[in-house]
Amino acid sequence: MHRIGVFVCHCGTNIAATVDVKKVAEVLSYERCVVISKEYQYMCSESGQKLIKEAILDYQLTGIVVCSCSPRMHEATFRKSAASVGLNPYMVEIANIREQCSWIHKNTEVATEKAIILGRAAIAKVLLNTPLTAGESPVVKRALVIGGGIAGIQTALDIAEAGFKVDIVERNSTIGGKMAQIDKTFPTLDCAACILTPKMVDCAQNENIKIYSYSEIDSVSGFVGNFSVRIKKKARYVDETKCTGCGLCTEKCPTKNIPNDFNLKMDTRRAVYIPFAQAVPKVAVIDAEHCNILKNGKCGLCAKICSAGAIDYTQKERYVEEKYGAIVVATGFNPISVDKYGEYAYSQSKDVITSLEFERLTNAAGPTGGTLLRPSDGKHPHTVVFVQCVGSRCTEERGKSYCSKICCMYTAKHAMLIREKYPDTEVYVFYIDVRTPGKNFDEFYRRAVEEYGVHYIKGAVGKVSPRADGTLDVQASDLIMNEQLHISADLVVLAAAIEPDKSARGLATMLTASMDTNDFFTEAHPKLRPVESPTAGVFLSGTCQGPKDIPETVSQASACAAKVIGLLAKDKLKCNPCVAHSDEMLCNGCSNCANVCPYGAVTYIEKEFKMPDRTTALRRVASVNAAVCQGCGACTVACHSGAMDLLGFSNKQIIAEVDAICK
Amino acid sequence: MKQNIKDQILHISGSDVIKCMRCGKCSATCPSYDEMEYHPHQFVYMVECGDISKLMESESIYKCLSCFACVERCPRGVEPAKLIEAVRLEVIRRQGKDHLKPDDIPSLIDEDLPGQAVITAMRKYRK
Repeated sequence: MHRIGVFVCHCGTNIAATVDVKKVAEVLSYERCVVISKEYQYMCSESGQKLIKEAILDYQLTGIVVCSCSPRMHEATFRKSAASVGLNPYMVEIANIREQCSWIHKNTEVATEKAIILGRAAIAKVLLNTPLTAGESPVVKRALVIGGGIAGIQTALDIAEAGFKVDIVERNSTIGGKMAQIDKTFPTLDCAACILTPKMVDCAQNENIKIYSYSEIDSVSGFVGNFSVRIKKKARYVDETKCTGCGLCTEKCPTKNIPNDFNLKMDTRRAVYIPFAQAVPKVAVIDAEHCNILKNGKCGLCAKICSAGAIDYTQKERYVEEKYGAIVVATGFNPISVDKYGEYAYSQSKDVITSLEFERLTNAAGPTGGTLLRPSDGKHPHTVVFVQCVGSRCTEERGKSYCSKICCMYTAKHAMLIREKYPDTEVYVFYIDVRTPGKNFDEFYRRAVEEYGVHYIKGAVGKVSPRADGTLDVQASDLIMNEQLHISADLVVLAAAIEPDKSARGLATMLTASMDTNDFFTEAHPKLRPVESPTAGVFLSGTCQGPKDIPETVSQASACAAKVIGLLAKDKLKCNPCVAHSDEMLCNGCSNCANVCPYGAVTYIEKEFKMPDRTTALRRVASVNAAVCQGCGACTVACHSGAMDLLGFSNKQIIAEVDAICK
Repeated sequence: MKQNIKDQILHISGSDVIKCMRCGKCSATCPSYDEMEYHPHQFVYMVECGDISKLMESESIYKCLSCFACVERCPRGVEPAKLIEAVRLEVIRRQGKDHLKPDDIPSLIDEDLPGQAVITAMRKYRK
């Protein structure tokens, strides 16, 4: 005979303000097998848990139902307290009367009735629960970091520092990411390269870190602690082990005038190139699309002059299979394309540029050697207009609904850099709001205004019109003066919104990690688990999770590393015991379950069975690998004969819940 | 009364002024800006505050070219030109130039018909 305890939580006023918790506890106390029913202000608090533990002992409970918040929040808490007094943790059921009841209803009567129904369903289920024991699976002591920008670099360095092996997979031929393209960093104005490149070198020299540059993730299988990843090493036509990075080939290659992506196509490179001087690994790569010998078999100059013999035109893409215990996503961001905002004339005038292009124009290693020159005629600009929020804070049709967060600060930085180098240049910044929360951030923006004399104008730019004399007519509003302005500008800089890298969506599918509608990876909990994906073993680092600046990215990257280290430090992980289970007597060997299983957890075995007529027969039946099964339940739905069932969520239990709700 | 006219304007225009984030893009983009007493961004805010009688008396509503540049470029989808059009219609209605009698309207109304079409019909069709 079951002895069930019901515990109704007030959650302060979160539940109690909308649900009559006393009534819920009372009504549920009359349910079958319920021997005690109590309500309490905070069931998850120490005293709340004590109340549950004492009730389990005093009333010799065989199962408990906690009517509280979502099981994602505190199921583990209550399971732990049950286990501490000897009740199997899988004899605990949660009725979610917060997220699914009090938070979405206003009417107390309706909410109370629903809470009672949800409680009844949970009681009906717990009566059919069976004690389950979690198995264990080993942890591969190696982490994978996808993306080699500052986020990936910091996470990898921290994990490596703790003594674990880390592999960085970077799509480009060098690590460094966006930060390598940036000139100075706010709010200290220290040189980005000076703080990034030593970290890049540390990565290359750390014996725990292996860099797969010019590589991509091809496929991912497995689960937390035991992922199998196939990495595609793209053909770079240069032997990484031989190339010394001398750069001779990049100087002699006869195929010139290829737009240089690193400088945002503002200058050119050769067909064989190293993106920038501090690249890691400093190994050349041949652009197969433009290389003459790869296209039509004529040339071969680089192979002739390479004293290291590193050029290999026959190189093919290769695949590497590797096992990992944890995966870190650090795929970063890109500025959006601003072509669609016709009013800014970005595609009409070379002198309308994006902020990242401005970074290259003001960078000592950029196309102009750090001298600010107009892209159209190479002259010094004397009036520069910055436009904020280009594509940020828009309706979905116009752009991104979110604030890109970094633009206010980098624009203040750009404005200051111009005024510092060229005091004769007038700088205007058109803003909707100046958003500078952060340590020393607002002071930085005020410095731009007060010390550097940057003109901040509250208003928007409506139209940029290129004029025959080469200047740009900027038509804008000044909301404080209530005027429409016409500024004759030499250079217009657009603060384009940022968006997650396009590769992120495909990757999320491979990892079964969830994303929001903007393709940013979703964290498991915005406050309590901000660096973990809801998918066990997948962690988030940097802007792939949301817009952030460098200080925040680095903080998150280190936080992420701490979580990975916590996982890799374990020798074994407790498995989820709520896995599929096949009743061999019912299984007809149809393979439906194996076909739908996304984890490859179902295999078929030939097994001898004693038949009713005393003969033995060899039958083909499904067998579930409990360590691989994630308990998604797809097989239980696909099974025609009803042989597949999910432990802890059996068909019988689900039907009992439905019956209780419909009673 | 104030609320009444505001609701009317919102209904006719189909615009949602509460979405405005006060960026000033409408006034930045307006070719008739200098001709206007009340500029597009003020217009939106005045409708939001229900301060509509001033707008009805202002020449500004006839200076709008209905070029729809503000509608096209508003980052929040507020559609200022439609508000101005709605205020113009409101003025026309009050001058007794309606060609339908208000009593006739209920029988003619189709739920799916935009409010603006019904108002336009008042000018278009003589009884």
